[in-house]
Amino acid sequence: MSSSFFSPRRPTHHWLVSAVALLGLAGTGLTRADATEPEVLLTIREHRFEPAEIKVPANRRIKLVVHNQDASAEEFESHTLNREKVVPGRSKATLFIGPLKAGRYEFFGEYHAASAKGVIVAE
Amino acid sequence: MSATALIVFRETLEAALIVGIIAAATRGMAARWRWLGSGVAAGAIGAVILALLADHIATLAEGLGQDFANIAILSLALAMLVWHSVLGQQHGFAAAQDARRLGTAVRSGGHTPAVLALACALAVLREGAETVLFVIGLVGTDTTVAPHAPLLGLAVGLAAGTAVGVMIYLGLSRVPTRRLFAVTHGLIVILAAAIASQLARALTQAGLVQHWDTPLWDSSRWLAPDSALGTLLHALAGYDARPSGLQLLFYGGTLVLITLASRRVRATATPRPVAAA
Repeated sequence: MSSSFFSPRRPTHHWLVSAVALLGLAGTGLTRADATEPEVLLTIREHRFEPAEIKVPANRRIKLVVHNQDASAEEFESHTLNREKVVPGRSKATLFIGPLKAGRYEFFGEYHAASAKGVIVAE
Repeated sequence: MSATALIVFRETLEAALIVGIIAAATRGMAARWRWLGSGVAAGAIGAVILALLADHIATLAEGLGQDFANIAILSLALAMLVWHSVLGQQHGFAAAQDARRLGTAVRSGGHTPAVLALACALAVLREGAETVLFVIGLVGTDTTVAPHAPLLGLAVGLAAGTAVGVMIYLGLSRVPTRRLFAVTHGLIVILAAAIASQLARALTQAGLVQHWDTPLWDSSRWLAPDSALGTLLHALAGYDARPSGLQLLFYGGTLVLITLASRRVRATATPRPVAAA
């Protein structure tokens, strides 16, 4: 009879120990933002992003702070950055992007896509 | 109006698909509409509350409050679907076999109504909160637009999204009972993996995990994420045109976890032959 790790005869506590160990291992990957990340401020005013073009260093994680000065909510979204976040009216929200390879990454405001457009240029 | 309708449609679609699949999976379960209805209603109420609290939540945790809330909701939804996938299989498998043998309808299928109702509630909560926030923004603050246009867009988008959910449900209802369990189980397992992938993305966006955070490929040339098919596949199976390594890890890890856990549950439940005295 096999006593492989996944054999049903393994007592439950072996599974629990393994699960906790895995979670612990995964936990070592958790990080909080460190102060060395470049921080970029993006403002939403009258359904437009200001600045519409942002330059950031490539291959580094960037902290993006979106300040929505409009009364209504906007959703910051980008397919190339694979990010989306709703920023309520008259609020600030933070999100992390990158590390980005050098290039242009477009983003838009989903709720006002006609006017809310911008691009992040990593170089 | 059509821009509003499209946005509301996409939000509604994701929730409607999950509810539709769960509704189909629970065919034959006693009082399921009551359970599912309560889940959807609770989710809707929660969505309004979440939207009203949005600006407070957004500023929490140095601007990461919304991501943290999202992570909590996604984690709970993932736990619900994983639990259902692992334990539901044990009972559902046996119940389906019994039903076939006896020719009777599956009574409860071993589904845990509270778990599934909560999964529905969470789906409606997530998408609903974004929708409410969006519509409040249009109706309440944008004085250049008459209120009836965004409200009409809301109605159309909601109806269209719900219709897709209903179509999924009706489509799955045609699946014969003996195959229904396997089909809906598979769909729910994939949904769980999709939610895990979204959880990974939320963790990266919130800056909580820094590993494997770059996209591994870009398939948007073959299937654009904002195309109709791309949107549907995203809602059903978690399709992402630029998945990060972490997303793939969570996606695959969920599939592996459910498979292994189900196997163990089934093995411990199988009655072993008793040695003759």
